[in-house]
Amino acid sequence: MVQGAMIGRGCERALGILTVIGLVIGLYIAFVYAPADAVQGEVQRLMYLHVPLILISYLAFFVVFVASILYLWRRDRQYDAIAHSSVEIGVLFTALSIAVGSIWGRPTWGVWWTWDARLTTTAILLLMFLGYLMLRALVDDPSRGATFCAVLGIIGFLDIPIIHMSVVWWRTLHQPASMLRPGPSTVALNMQVALYANLVAFGLLYAYLLIKRLQIERAREELLRLQMELLG
Amino acid sequence: MTKKTKLLLGGALIMVALAYLINSGIREAAVYYMTPSELKAKGDAASDRSLRVGGMVVPGSLHWEPQTLKLTFRLTDGKEEVAVEHTGSPPDLFKEGAGAVVEGRCVSGGAFQSSMIMAKHSEEYKPPEKGGASAEHIHRTLVQPQRTQP
Repeated sequence: MVQGAMIGRGCERALGILTVIGLVIGLYIAFVYAPADAVQGEVQRLMYLHVPLILISYLAFFVVFVASILYLWRRDRQYDAIAHSSVEIGVLFTALSIAVGSIWGRPTWGVWWTWDARLTTTAILLLMFLGYLMLRALVDDPSRGATFCAVLGIIGFLDIPIIHMSVVWWRTLHQPASMLRPGPSTVALNMQVALYANLVAFGLLYAYLLIKRLQIERAREELLRLQMELLG
Repeated sequence: MTKKTKLLLGGALIMVALAYLINSGIREAAVYYMTPSELKAKGDAASDRSLRVGGMVVPGSLHWEPQTLKLTFRLTDGKEEVAVEHTGSPPDLFKEGAGAVVEGRCVSGGAFQSSMIMAKHSEEYKPPEKGGASAEHIHRTLVQPQRTQP
């Protein structure tokens, strides 16, 4: 038991160190290894932050989607904890990706924001999961709150395919996908390396944050249980 | 104010924002810009309404007067062309042969009066060609104003 906990802590620590190394390598590749873009110049390097952030937030909300279905099916609090934790990280990553995209848009497009389909559907995604966190805080009964949130989590995830297809279905200012697309990538090879390196680094960061967040959730439940025991 | 009323207020705010976005945002976003052909087909019905037109800046059509900041060019979708007048400096990536979306109104009989220019770039990313100008140089030439016509 104790040994198992120690192995767990060792793994967690290794993941943390790996994350830091991954992020540093990601930065190096993004700033030094990858060339500046022929059209946009240095500002295009923001892509190595913008794209991994949004792709990992898709992953986070996919985890929410699966965990929410499992919670509604099995009614196990563990799944709810995973969904709740993953939403918090997903909201953070989505908000950061929008902020970085906005900073990238100003010098290239000429505007910080515009109501095209890609940007609008992404704003809806952020608002829906902010609503998820508010709903969680609003409902007093935890199991009812978890059920409501599970439904919202499933609905919220369905926005992601719409975001992805928005640049195909509608006319947008945002350019079409350069990575998750049929046919060859439209990104030069050494730029792809920078994208994938940062994608892996942010994936590691997501995993590490999720583990940490689940530990907080577990500690909170333990605290609640102890309080119940003491107060009877 | 209790925590609950605050949360309820916040929740209501998010709901209203979502409803607004879905109602106006998506509908508007679905037809984010019109093509020059669509604008021509609409004729007078499109005049004096604020709208967006997108297309490629026709090579050779760009004129810039540094003294008055007056910028004129034509947008094309390959079939029709729309003349655009704008006052102010365009974004860095705006140039002849590249995509652009303009926001403004159509004046009947006259050019499209643009109040904002947005440059549209492609999903292609690559380093500058070997032996060609460096990215920095290309960037500079993009920012540089077009020469005035003699």
